[in-house]
Amino acid sequence: MIGKLILEDGSVFAGEVISGARAVGEVVFNTGMTGYQEVLTDPSYCGQIVTMTYPLIGNYGTAEVCNQAPLSHVRGFVISELCDLPSNWQSEVSLARYLVAKNIPCIHGVDTRAVTRRIRSAGTMKGIIVPADTGADEIAALFARPPETEVVAEVTPKEVYRMPAAGPRVAVVDYGIKRNILNSMVKVGIDLTVFPADTPAGTILDGNFAGVFLSNGPGDPKDVPKSIKAVKELMGRKPIFGICLGHQLLALAAGADTYKLKFGHRGANHPVKDVITGRVYITSQNHGYAVREETLAARDYIVTHRAVNDGTIEGMKHRHLPIFSAQYHPEAAPGPDDNTYLFDEYLSLLGKEG
Amino acid sequence: MPKKAYLKKVMVIGSGPIVIGQAAEFDYAGTQACRALKEEGLEVVLINSNPATIMTDANIADRVYIEPITPEFVAEVIDKERPDGLLPTLGGQVGLNMAVEVAKRGVLDKYGVELLGTPLEAIRKAEDRELFKKTMEEIGQPVPESAIVEDLESAQAFAAVIGFPLIIRPAYTLGGTGGGIAADETEFRDIVIRGLKHSPIGQVLVERSVAGWKEIEYEVMRDANNTCITVCNMENFDPVGIHTGDSIVVAPSQTLTDHEYQMLRTASLNIIRALGIEGGCNVQYALDPYSTKYYVIEVNPRVSRSSALASKATGYPIAKVASKIAIGYHLDEIVNAVTEKTKACHEPALDYCVVKFPRWPFDKFNFADRILGTQMKATGEVMAIDRSFEGALLKAVRSLEIGLHRLSIPEIAALPTEKVRENLKLANDERAFTIAEALRRGVSAEEICRITAIDRWFVAKIANIVAMEKKLQERNLTGELLAAAKKLGFADRSIAELVGCTTDFIRQLRKERGVLPSYKMVDTCAAEFEAVTPYYYSTFAQEDEVATTDRRKVMVLGSGPIRIGQGIEFDYCSVHSVWALREMGYESLIINNNPETVSTDFDTSDRLYFEPLTAEDVLNIIDKEQPEGVIVQFGGQTAINLAEPLEKAGVRVFGTAVSDIDQAEDRKKFDALLERLQIPRPKGTTVTGTAEAVAAAAAVGFPVVVRPSYVLGGRAMEIVYNMAELNDYLRYAVKASHEHPVLVDRYMMGTEVEVDAIADGAEVLIPGIMEHVERAGVHSGDSIAVYPPQTLPPKVIDTIVDYTNKLALSLQVKGLINIQYVVMDEDVYVLEVNPRSSRTIPFLSKVTNVPMVNIATRVAMGATLRELGYEGGLMPAQEYTAVKAPVFSFAKMQQVDISLGPEMKSTGEVMGVDYNYARALYKAISAAGMNIPAAGTVLFTVADKDKEEAGELAESFASLGYRLIATEGTAKYLRGLGLEVESVFKLRETGPNIIDLIKAGKINMVINTLTHGKEPERDGFRIRRATVEHAIPCLTSIDTAHEVLRVLEVMRERRLVYVLALQDYVGGGDALV
Repeated sequence: MIGKLILEDGSVFAGEVISGARAVGEVVFNTGMTGYQEVLTDPSYCGQIVTMTYPLIGNYGTAEVCNQAPLSHVRGFVISELCDLPSNWQSEVSLARYLVAKNIPCIHGVDTRAVTRRIRSAGTMKGIIVPADTGADEIAALFARPPETEVVAEVTPKEVYRMPAAGPRVAVVDYGIKRNILNSMVKVGIDLTVFPADTPAGTILDGNFAGVFLSNGPGDPKDVPKSIKAVKELMGRKPIFGICLGHQLLALAAGADTYKLKFGHRGANHPVKDVITGRVYITSQNHGYAVREETLAARDYIVTHRAVNDGTIEGMKHRHLPIFSAQYHPEAAPGPDDNTYLFDEYLSLLGKEG
Repeated sequence: MPKKAYLKKVMVIGSGPIVIGQAAEFDYAGTQACRALKEEGLEVVLINSNPATIMTDANIADRVYIEPITPEFVAEVIDKERPDGLLPTLGGQVGLNMAVEVAKRGVLDKYGVELLGTPLEAIRKAEDRELFKKTMEEIGQPVPESAIVEDLESAQAFAAVIGFPLIIRPAYTLGGTGGGIAADETEFRDIVIRGLKHSPIGQVLVERSVAGWKEIEYEVMRDANNTCITVCNMENFDPVGIHTGDSIVVAPSQTLTDHEYQMLRTASLNIIRALGIEGGCNVQYALDPYSTKYYVIEVNPRVSRSSALASKATGYPIAKVASKIAIGYHLDEIVNAVTEKTKACHEPALDYCVVKFPRWPFDKFNFADRILGTQMKATGEVMAIDRSFEGALLKAVRSLEIGLHRLSIPEIAALPTEKVRENLKLANDERAFTIAEALRRGVSAEEICRITAIDRWFVAKIANIVAMEKKLQERNLTGELLAAAKKLGFADRSIAELVGCTTDFIRQLRKERGVLPSYKMVDTCAAEFEAVTPYYYSTFAQEDEVATTDRRKVMVLGSGPIRIGQGIEFDYCSVHSVWALREMGYESLIINNNPETVSTDFDTSDRLYFEPLTAEDVLNIIDKEQPEGVIVQFGGQTAINLAEPLEKAGVRVFGTAVSDIDQAEDRKKFDALLERLQIPRPKGTTVTGTAEAVAAAAAVGFPVVVRPSYVLGGRAMEIVYNMAELNDYLRYAVKASHEHPVLVDRYMMGTEVEVDAIADGAEVLIPGIMEHVERAGVHSGDSIAVYPPQTLPPKVIDTIVDYTNKLALSLQVKGLINIQYVVMDEDVYVLEVNPRSSRTIPFLSKVTNVPMVNIATRVAMGATLRELGYEGGLMPAQEYTAVKAPVFSFAKMQQVDISLGPEMKSTGEVMGVDYNYARALYKAISAAGMNIPAAGTVLFTVADKDKEEAGELAESFASLGYRLIATEGTAKYLRGLGLEVESVFKLRETGPNIIDLIKAGKINMVINTLTHGKEPERDGFRIRRATVEHAIPCLTSIDTAHEVLRVLEVMRERRLVYVLALQDYVGGGDALV
């Protein structure tokens, strides 16, 4: 069915929608050439309409092993060519069928480069996916919906669950964690107990864990004040490692500030420099917010990693406390495996402190 | 870290002549390297024997040595220049080999030269089979299991462990003779026994076969700080088993999951770290299509053909970055020249699909074996970019210039279905077309995948194309269908053919319906950052993002893929034309599709359109850009062929008018012109039947040159010496008819002379004249050319100048003109006139120090020679002599006859320059890789007509102390001259024959001229091939042999290794003679 993607600034991009799909969300783009399924199931995209810049999507189909969460929380998917005859030995169903099964609104046949260029120059903005014949009223109504602020609540688990391993016990605060973060920690031997996002610090401290891990997650970090408060209470009590949203919450908890980037960092090719060794690592990233550097200076944190492209903060650690964090995704999935060493570092930190 | 501050002077090794497997990509890489180093304030010294390159221009490196790339000459340049560092990784395998060789000889230590880029150890680890295996095992990277065995039992024991299929490679046989792939025990037994027998040392290598697995490549970079990135990965359409240079390749990979992509990416980074390379590296993998199992199959510790492709595919300048890393920079200190905002330390993200398609020389080499395997056969390649695989593939097909515009070859279309199905098994140059045809006949995609082992994804894409063809044939051409066909990449011409209308009609319809291409930018970052590179491709999508300017602009048409007859020389010319236009203040636009070249480097022109060179694709860009006009005279026949359709479409063609081009190319009109100017040409007629041909030959007198009138470039041209040969030719080679007339010309066995001139309509500037060593009859591209002429009397030169003037002025040439003459008994005859740039322009420009393309471009744009500070006439000859020698790739092409004739066979050229003619000749011959023995045995086997001249030669060889061997007829003749000659059996005679002696290493050089007639021809062929396979020189022209003799004579008394930079020659400095 003929459809369109309309951006808040009025630009319209033609395409075809699968089964009359409608969607509203913040339109972002991801530059990864592989890993579409991991992107679709990364809870950090909750509330967003994701545009893939690579034009051939679905080539290798989909497989359960690639899912990063049981459900997809993206609001919509914008692609150029949707491959209907995938080829890979692991493929279980085609992407088209997967999208229908997971109820992901998708518009394909779109000039995604044009969309990307628009967002690059005007910044991330709201957009909608609708069938071509959608009336002006409905379009206006869709745009009138208020911005989503409850995205963490949507993706966080309702119950505590465990992933056992032979090593130290860690409390994971799940703001929308990717499966591969859990797997990466279990792989290095960390025993995991996973808590919902709004778990009070006391509950976690009661568990007598060797350390705390703050996960990735969707949305503006300032939308989860309860979590910020909990982190504040955990600081200084336990070794902490934070990734992505977890990193931002650490900064906010320390009294520093975060801000929204014009169009964020989303892709698998982002160079990050370790400011201590000078060595550069290629990282997988997915974030729309960043820590404001001038507010961090007075907070006993030092910047350990920096984005090579725009100089923004990609990693930090506390001057005295066993706390460190990364804005990027060392667990990859999708993306390069260059940074899994951070999980080893976390393990050794737990060993030292425990 | 800043650059290594102690480096002041760096020497770069080029890759030498173009041969199959080592082509223009190294000119692109080397040019970038030299410029990157100069940019850093370093003094750059270059050695490269190939004059047809941009990198050997005097302004690219500070000191350009056009000298043979042999250890002796490289050492001599090092001795003379005393560079601080040596950068060998941009010169292909040749560069690496030289670095290893001079290091081994202690030259680097002696002069304290630092090897930059790749450490010697890394070169060894990548090249030495055992060491490579060991290194990979140390870092846990799997290589195919193998064993070296000397008997069947050990082979079977290995097979029992590994299982089938297995590859068997006999040791020390050329081209894998006697080897093969065994699928089961019985086959294995047979092949091993055969292989052991074929191997001179009775040894075979048995290796796990991964044929049929996916072939994946990664281009990776590493700096001294151990930061590593991947620039690009690529997936081969053809599975493992076909050389990647002969494979259709797509970038990025298409059928790999993120997990698989990252697994091989990580492996590549581990490999480049383990090797300690500072710069670029290429890693090739075989990936099991049914698991995550993989093997590392090859590592190139240097910039390669694949890295040139990756650079063009991504916009990431690998050679430039590799050079900066080599002198000490870290990746994050180097600016990404594409965005000027980001750093070289990021991995390009593509938002399009790139297809590379090889260009094979099978149109020239009719009898060559077209089956592709581990030996590369392609001479060049094209690249195409689109937002779909189908679009990129179809663009690539159009770019090949093999007379096709879609996936359909008429000969294949005419085959019965069973034959098409059968042909799917053949891994040849036509396989993609055969697959399309099979799909048309209803063969299922599954069956095609099973037979070819090509991934189903690729076959499904071809099926999409075939399905669209069917729609176009069966349905009404609605605006919607038209748009869909264009989006899938169909050319107007293809749509017209399928619908049954004219191409113009489709073009018109498209314009009415607004179905127009949009243009997008190659920016390394998938539009994430604003980019400044003017590097564009077309697609059918919503947004055209390329804003045009209102500057005065001119378009230059490039020359497409490298092929025999149209090589890198034309890219050289295109680049210089673009540069001239930029100097003049025009905005220069270039269209080309060859990823190996300097012309497709994004900073060569103001705007680069990476597109097929067809009328439609070019006109679309003209519609968009509205240039003032187009320059066609520098892009070889590719561009010239577009002149007419462009003019018809109302485009202004700068330079020589299209009607004048036609006058030079149309035989009738050209004859009339010569008649009018009273300029003689060899007598000849056009015939349409055998009887007519016989009469014509009788009239002009034997020998005659016969050729079909409808093909260019000497194809199917032959010299016949009598009636019987003429009849043979007309019976077997070319049938004369009204549709396909044949030209019968008198063959003039004189001296061939070539002139390149620049005319402005009033005056004609002749920078120099070249005399060919081989007499007329050998294609000019295959002849040794000498500047200035050595044997022509002043009177002849005056005549040549006079004729050149008359022709250039009458044809109203505005720019370049190339004329070939034959001189016989001091009479000058015109053979051919090309109103365009020629193969000899780079050579002549360099040795005369006249920027011919620059001047010609300015003249084409309206300047006069006088305004540019030149005047008509022949310029005085330089003091030194320059020799241009052809280079062949016969070792790569089995079944190809190496004898020289009217059809061009060389793939590249080298130049030797010196104040002494014999030394210049020696340099050219050494640079060409001709291994002239200083002593030993020379075999003579020549045709009767050549006996007299061969006799003189034999006497000279004997007087230099060579032993002579000859076949009976020749031996008898030579003995009659009082020479001591050993007889040898011909192939049909019993007893140890010529080939046995060659195999046994008892013959060091062969002088053989073509004898006509079925059997001798076949024998001669086998002898000549034997010389190729045993790497001994075989001279098939008496003239070449004479010059070789001249070199041999001076080799005894003079010091031959003496080097001088081009800057010194043209500057008239260094008078050390």
